[in-house]
Amino acid sequence: MRPDLEIIQRWIEPGSRVLDLGCGDGSLLTYLNAAKKVSSIGLEIDADNIEQCIAGGVNVIEQNMDEGLSNFQSNSFDTVLLTQTLQALSKPHDLLDEMLRVGQYGIVTFPNFGNWKSRLDLALKGRMPVSKFIPHQWYETPNIHFCTVKDFDALCHESQIKILTRTVVDSRHQGSWAMKAWPNFLGEIAIYHITRK
Amino acid sequence: MPEERKTDSVGLVSSKCIHFDEALNLRSGKTLSGFDLMIETYGKLNQDRTNAILICHALSGDHHAAGFHSESDTKPGWWDHCIGPGKAIDTNLFFVVALNNLGGCAGSSGPTSLNPETGKIYGPDFPVVTVRDWVKSQVMLSDHLGIEQWAAVVGGSLGGMQVLRWAISFPERLRHAVCIAAAPKLSAQNIAFNEVARHSIINDPNFCNGHYLEANTYPKLGLMLARMVGHITYLSDSAMREKFGRADTNLESSTSNFGRDMRSGKLSFGFNVDFQVESYLHYQGERFSENFDANTYLLMTKALDYFDPSVDFDGNFSAALKQANCKFLVISFSTDWRFPPERSREIVTDLLKAGKEVSYLEVEADQGHDAFLLPIPRYVNALKAYLKRAHTEIVEHAT
Repeated sequence: MRPDLEIIQRWIEPGSRVLDLGCGDGSLLTYLNAAKKVSSIGLEIDADNIEQCIAGGVNVIEQNMDEGLSNFQSNSFDTVLLTQTLQALSKPHDLLDEMLRVGQYGIVTFPNFGNWKSRLDLALKGRMPVSKFIPHQWYETPNIHFCTVKDFDALCHESQIKILTRTVVDSRHQGSWAMKAWPNFLGEIAIYHITRK
Repeated sequence: MPEERKTDSVGLVSSKCIHFDEALNLRSGKTLSGFDLMIETYGKLNQDRTNAILICHALSGDHHAAGFHSESDTKPGWWDHCIGPGKAIDTNLFFVVALNNLGGCAGSSGPTSLNPETGKIYGPDFPVVTVRDWVKSQVMLSDHLGIEQWAAVVGGSLGGMQVLRWAISFPERLRHAVCIAAAPKLSAQNIAFNEVARHSIINDPNFCNGHYLEANTYPKLGLMLARMVGHITYLSDSAMREKFGRADTNLESSTSNFGRDMRSGKLSFGFNVDFQVESYLHYQGERFSENFDANTYLLMTKALDYFDPSVDFDGNFSAALKQANCKFLVISFSTDWRFPPERSREIVTDLLKAGKEVSYLEVEADQGHDAFLLPIPRYVNALKAYLKRAHTEIVEHAT
């Protein structure tokens, strides 16, 4: 399992209702369905991923998140997941609002652009960072809204979103004491557990 | 049966007529004292009788969904590319049942059969049947076959509406509902097209108030026109361009014609057939009128118009779907303008509202509504993956 997923699965209550926005091939939901007996649905737009979800028995709906979640009822899920997708959305702040309308809790993970390596790329090389988590060149990237841990904290504050837990991990997905002390500098992936204020 | 088809096809198949003595009370208030259903089956029913799939046909379909009727038969059943060994509806895994619905003209009781009470052909006196009535008769068929619960009920277009009715009215009798290119109910535009079709049949001088068979004739022109209009709604603009070459028209380079969409090299400057699409529609209409009963066409279009499961729930389709107990696969096609993706999304939204398990696929396809009958890889692969998974569930459930 992708190590950021290993961390977030701890926040999912057994038997709860889970919506995964951008569920990929459905591996996280497959795990949650089996291990936590959740009732779940994923949204996805990639045809191959959708077929893999279907083959694995994961409920999947072909839907572009940029068009919103208006087909979902308010409070119809316990947790809404958005893993490694925030940066590819056209209006991330609107979707965060929608997530917390549809679900009681949200879990968001994204590559932290404030990480020291990104800063180094910009500061020393003068180039847009390319790394394991941000593997695309600037002109072909689907990631159009990068942010840092500090940026996301500020957005939550402005949007009346309460941060229940914030964790950052590095490429080995380990969080050290140093990372806790300087998350925006050392963390490569930010993981947030959020709810409405 | 073409030689190369012998390995990937269900092969030679034969139809069976099943008679039901029990009365069937219809939605209209009328009763059929007994009736016949024509069916075909493919594959083998397992010992637990849990691997059966029911195929519901659309407007002009019938029970011959796969395989060939004789060695010299060149045309397989209407869904042959989907039903067979190793195909999406895999006859190595499933026992597949296809039937001709009541009111049809392929052997099941309908306007062309004899009315047992009068000894004469029913003609226009065959009662108007609804999707609900069809599904009731299909439940009686399930009982006859000893199938307590279908692994899946599958259908496209009007067939997809039967699937929805199954899920709502008989929730314990199916595990999966596969609803392809359908809608929760018809739009005013859909009904309008159906009315044009009916109007052209009923006003054909050879319709004889529906008693044309007794008069030894049939409303050929009316039925042709009905089919031509219908056919236009099944295709998309792009599918027609592709088929008839209008898009390739190059006025500059052509000397005397409008390109390869022309039937012959010259314009007639009269009202003859000039363009390929015209002769195509004529041909389709003519062929259809020779093989399909006009009263059945009227009945089928009425069944479409009347379909609306929400009527029992104060117009709330989601409340109707709440009755369901199965999982759903909903599929739509991008250029379908008869039952466009928005209509399938309505179904999905109301299923979500009702808290049901659903997967939804919106397949990019140029072929319009017709796409549901065509071997479009993404569609067929997803259907195959879904049903394979359904089969795994059956096996897991048994052990």
